[in-house]
Amino acid sequence: MNFSDWKKGSYGSLIRKVPERHKKFATSSGIPVEPLYSDETPPGHVGFPGEYPFTRGILASMFRGKFWTMRQYAGFGTAAESNARYKYLLSQGQTGLSVAFDLPTQLGLDSDDPLAAGEVGKVGVAIDSIEDMERLFKDIPLDRVSVSMTINAPASILWALVLAVAKRRGVQAEKLNGTIQNDVLKEYIARGTYIFPPRPSLRIISDIFEFGGRTVPNWNTISISGYHIREAGATAAQELGLTFANAICYVESAIGRGLNPDRFLPRVSFFWNAHNQFFEEVAKFRAARRVWAKLCLERFKAKDPKSWMHRFHTQTAGSTLTAQQPLNNIARTTVQALAAVLGGTQSLHTNAYDEALCLPTETGATVALRTQQILAHESKIGDTVDPLGGAPYIEYLTDRLEDETLAIIRKVDEMGGAVAAIEAGYPQREIQRSAYAVQKQIEGREEIVVGVNDFKTDREEPVPMLKIDAKLERDQVKRLRAFRKKRNGRAAQSACNRLTKAAVSTENLMPHIVTAVESGATVGEIAGAMKKVFGEASHARIV
Amino acid sequence: MTDRMKGIQQAQAGAGSGMNSPYRVLVAKVGLDGHDRGAKVIAQGLKDAGFEVIYTGIRQRPQDVVRACVEEDVHAMGLSSLSGGHMANFTSVVAEMKKQKIFGSIALFGGGVIPPDDRKKLLKLGFFEVYAPGASLQTIVTDLKTTLSRGRKSSK
Repeated sequence: MNFSDWKKGSYGSLIRKVPERHKKFATSSGIPVEPLYSDETPPGHVGFPGEYPFTRGILASMFRGKFWTMRQYAGFGTAAESNARYKYLLSQGQTGLSVAFDLPTQLGLDSDDPLAAGEVGKVGVAIDSIEDMERLFKDIPLDRVSVSMTINAPASILWALVLAVAKRRGVQAEKLNGTIQNDVLKEYIARGTYIFPPRPSLRIISDIFEFGGRTVPNWNTISISGYHIREAGATAAQELGLTFANAICYVESAIGRGLNPDRFLPRVSFFWNAHNQFFEEVAKFRAARRVWAKLCLERFKAKDPKSWMHRFHTQTAGSTLTAQQPLNNIARTTVQALAAVLGGTQSLHTNAYDEALCLPTETGATVALRTQQILAHESKIGDTVDPLGGAPYIEYLTDRLEDETLAIIRKVDEMGGAVAAIEAGYPQREIQRSAYAVQKQIEGREEIVVGVNDFKTDREEPVPMLKIDAKLERDQVKRLRAFRKKRNGRAAQSACNRLTKAAVSTENLMPHIVTAVESGATVGEIAGAMKKVFGEASHARIV
Repeated sequence: MTDRMKGIQQAQAGAGSGMNSPYRVLVAKVGLDGHDRGAKVIAQGLKDAGFEVIYTGIRQRPQDVVRACVEEDVHAMGLSSLSGGHMANFTSVVAEMKKQKIFGSIALFGGGVIPPDDRKKLLKLGFFEVYAPGASLQTIVTDLKTTLSRGRKSSK
C-alpha cells in the first residue's frame, strides 16, 4: 500500500462513515494540517494507521475523529458517595466511568468479614450486594455511559452484579459497554489481589470470555495490565514483555478450551502505564500495537482484522508522584499524559497531584481531568495522526522495544508459559531487581527526582487531604446485615450451592454467578462458594 | 533496661567488628494491601546495609507479624501501608505487641501513603519514624542504626 491508496482507501472510507471533528484542520498561522505525514511507501512494519500492524494507530483518523475517552479512576467510601463523585465527574465533561473497589471487595470478602476490618471503603467503594451496585449506578444510564471496573479475582461476581442491575432496569445486555480488568496473572506478579490459585482462575477467565461473546458482545472481557507491573518497578520493556506473556497465557488457554480466537480477541484490551521518559513511552505504545497484531495473526491465527487491533487504556504513573512539593505532580502527569496521547491511547486516566498523600480530593481530581481537556482542546496534538511517527529516534526505539519484548516472551515460553514462570518467581524477581536498581540510582543521584533528591525546599505548604470517615465501615456493615435479613436466605444459599457444584464440573460458571447475585447472595458468599472447590492461593514471599 | 534492650546494645557493641550477629529487622505488610514495591526495596536496602532482614509477604494479620517478631527474634520492625488502612492496621499491631509483651523492646517504624496528621499520631503511638514516598534508603538506614544504637525504646 502507498500513501495515496491509504488516503483514498482506509482513510477516505472511514471519514465518510465517521466525520472528523472539523472539516479542515490548520495551525494558528493558517498552515493546513493533513491527517497524516508519511513517505509515499513507508516500511511495512511502520505502515499506515488503521492498517496491519497498526504501528501508527488502530484507526485511520485517530483523534481527528474523536478524542480519547477521558476516564478517571474513582471510588471511595459507600456506593452513594461514589455515585455522587461519578455524577460530578460526568457533569465536568468526563466521558466514561472507571470504578475503584475497596480491597475487601477486590478480595471477595464481605464488609463484615473480620479480615476486612479497617479497609472498608478505603481505596475504593465497598460493594457487597446487588443493592450496593444499584446505588452505585443510580441515575447513570448504563446503555450510554461505558463503565470500566478494576476488578480481577472476583471479576465474574462484580460483572454479574452489573448485568443484574441492567436487567432490573430493562437495559439489554447487548447495549452494555464497559470493561472488567479480569487480569489475575498480574495480581500474583505485582498487585496482590488474587483469591484462587492460577489454574482455576484461568478457567473462570475462559468462562467469562465465552459468556461475554455469547451474551454481552460489546463488553471488554479483559484488560491485560502492564500498569501494575510497571508500578512495581519494571522497565518499559519488561512492562511489555511480561504483560504480553500473560496475554498469551489467557488467549491460549481460551483457545485450548475450544474457543475461536476471532470470537473473543476483539474484546481483549490492554492497560498500560505512562511513565516519565517521554520518547520511550511513545515508542512503547507503538511497539505494543505491532507486537500484538503480529501475535494475533501469526501465533493465534486470528483472521478478523478487529482481532489484531491492540486497544488500550493508559494511566499516568502513580509511582512517579512525590509527597514532596505535591503541585509538581501536575507537571509530571501532564508530560506522561502527552506521551499516552501521542502513543495513540483509546482512553486515559490522569493522576491527581495529591495521590502520594491520600486519595484524590475533589480539587485534585478536577485538575487531573482538566489536564486532559487542555491537552485535547488547547494543545491541538490530536490534529494529525501519530505526529512523531517516522522520526528516526522514535522508530528506532519502537523497533528496539519490540525486540526486547519478544526476547522476554521467548524466555517465558521456554519456562513453560506465564503460570510456570510466576510459580518460579521469575517476573517477580526481574521486576524487583529493576525497582531496586532505580532506587540505587536515586540514592546515588544519578537520577534526579525534582523536590526529592534535588531542588528541595525547607518550607512545604500543607495541602488539603481527603479523609474517609471511620463511621462508614460501621454503616456499611449495618446495611449489609439488614440486606441479609431482608432477602430470601434460602434462595441465596441454594444458588451458592449450585455454583459450588458447577465449579466441580466443567460447566460455564457465569450463568450460575448471575443467578446467585440475583438471588441476593453477597460477594463474599459467592467467592466462598467457589473457594470450596478451588481453594486459595498462598502468599509467596520473594525478596 | 529490659533484657531485650541489653541485647540490642550488645549487638551494637559488636557492630562493625564483624564478630556479633547483625541487627535483625522484620519488614511487614499488614492488612489487605498488595502494594509491596516499597517494602521489598527497603528489605533489599537494609540487607545491603548489613541488616538481617525477614520480609513477611503481603496480607498478614497483626497476630502473624507479631508472632514472626518473636520467632525471628528481631530488633526492629518496619510496617508498610499504601491502602489507607494504616491507622487501623498499625494500631492493631501495637495492641498485639502489648498483648505479647514485646512492645517497647522492638524499634518500630512505618512507611507508605500516610498523611502528615496520621504520621504525627503514629509517632505518638511509638513509631520512631513514618516515611513518605520518596524517603531515601540512606536516611532510613541511618535512622534505624541510630535508634537501635541508642537502645531507644519504641514507646515513650
